[in-house]
Amino acid sequence: MTLHEFVQQCINGLSLGSTYALLSLGLAMLFSIMGLINFAHGELLTIGGYVMWTMLHHDVSWILVVPATLLATTLAAVAMERIAFRPLRGASIETLLVTSFALAFFIQTVLQIGVSAEPEPIAHTGWSDRGYSVGPYTVGLIQIITTAVTFAVLVALVVFLRRTLLGVSIRAAAEDFAVVRLMGISAGRVVVAAFALSGLLAGIAALLLFASAGSVSPTSGTAPVVAAFIAVVIGGLGNLTGAVVGGYVLGFADQILAAVHSGTILQFHDAVVLAILIGLLLLRPQGLVGRRQELA
Amino acid sequence: MRGLTARYGPVVAVRDVSLRVGEGEIVALLGANGAGKTTTLMSIVGLHRARTGTIALDGEEIGGLPPERVVRRGVGLAPEGRRIFARLTVAENLRLGAAAAGRSRAEDARRERLLELFPALRERLRLPAASLSGGEQQQLAIARALMPGPRLLLLDEPTLGLAPKLVRLVFDLVVRLRDEEGVTILLVEQNVHQALRVSDRAYLMRVGGIEAEGTPDELRRDRRVQAAYLGVPE
Repeated sequence: MTLHEFVQQCINGLSLGSTYALLSLGLAMLFSIMGLINFAHGELLTIGGYVMWTMLHHDVSWILVVPATLLATTLAAVAMERIAFRPLRGASIETLLVTSFALAFFIQTVLQIGVSAEPEPIAHTGWSDRGYSVGPYTVGLIQIITTAVTFAVLVALVVFLRRTLLGVSIRAAAEDFAVVRLMGISAGRVVVAAFALSGLLAGIAALLLFASAGSVSPTSGTAPVVAAFIAVVIGGLGNLTGAVVGGYVLGFADQILAAVHSGTILQFHDAVVLAILIGLLLLRPQGLVGRRQELA
Repeated sequence: MRGLTARYGPVVAVRDVSLRVGEGEIVALLGANGAGKTTTLMSIVGLHRARTGTIALDGEEIGGLPPERVVRRGVGLAPEGRRIFARLTVAENLRLGAAAAGRSRAEDARRERLLELFPALRERLRLPAASLSGGEQQQLAIARALMPGPRLLLLDEPTLGLAPKLVRLVFDLVVRLRDEEGVTILLVEQNVHQALRVSDRAYLMRVGGIEAEGTPDELRRDRRVQAAYLGVPE
């Protein structure tokens, strides 16, 4: 691979990693405060895609599609908490995990029966295909938007988590939820806020992903959420900084290896990526950013 | 508090315990490990749910309320093992402590007053709480519990693991909190000598029940207390 190709793949990796980071942040936040590995997180992405499809299909302007999609995924996340997870407050990690699988399949099936099992086309907009040449490199407008939006979201999230009482409560809940309640802070409010936030982040990811993906199907969310989950594990389970770092590492690794692989090895691309990640975890089982669990 | 019984599954940790803390008093709850002291405190704040009996604050029942509502009624707990938020800064810990008081302009004044009582915390406001020494972490846990201005402060083993000089400091602080701030205090301790020195009344717990109660002088004369804790042969 030439330097030129390497730089080009890094540009691609930056925008792919951004999407992973948005998704893995939502996963890591829920895991950190309530031990939930939410596999139905991908369905938030799918729901966002279907809202976009419905609206764009009826020629609704993007100015309305954006807030509507964000609202839909946020409300869907809050509904998930209310209907599926609230009755299981305090349940084991395994129970929560199985519940999230059930929820994911339920939403997929509803979409298959209610809409169609076939992919629905999301019309490419003029701007989502536009690209620019910078010297020898090609940068898609959607890549620039994805990266810029993700950086802005990360800054806003840090400000929220550091400056607001609710944000500080969410960070504290990741350490010791019982003591957060001893501070007079309602457990329900913290959990709902974390779900809403994860839904909002998934909505942003949906907008960025489906603006260029071209179509949405009932299982659209599965592959991205598996990737995001891998990113969370690479970064260090339940660590928000780690989730972002993991997202970008995975994005870069994926793109760079895709360029290196050619011919027969290309079909083993995912296996190679995952083998490298397994090696990484053997070296650093606590993840890239995670701390070693202190004893006692 | 009357007739408190608390269980962990089938195991009864506290059986039919009644105790009373009068306004402006320091009451010590003494006893060995496993006597049920921490379970008693956890039941009062609503973190231990498997219990029966009545718990009242100023005549109003608070038993059965979730912890966030008990705390908002004016009960503060500095839990066993401190349980400060280690990755948050000292200032953030205090900010969360104030949450029980709701949005109030008194928060700044309250924090200022507590930083006078705990000057070690003032210099470390922007640092992660994990960087504090054991004694400072204990001060932070107490200050955090005091931020909303509780009427009743529950202290669970506040001197555990502290150097003797710091133990004295914490006990002196407990007295100042009563005298200067008018806080009512229920103090769980294994350090019987020191606890009896500062308290107005005390209860002795043993295997889940109250074994003795009275003033510090009465308890010091009690043979069971002497045998178990003061090194006097029975």
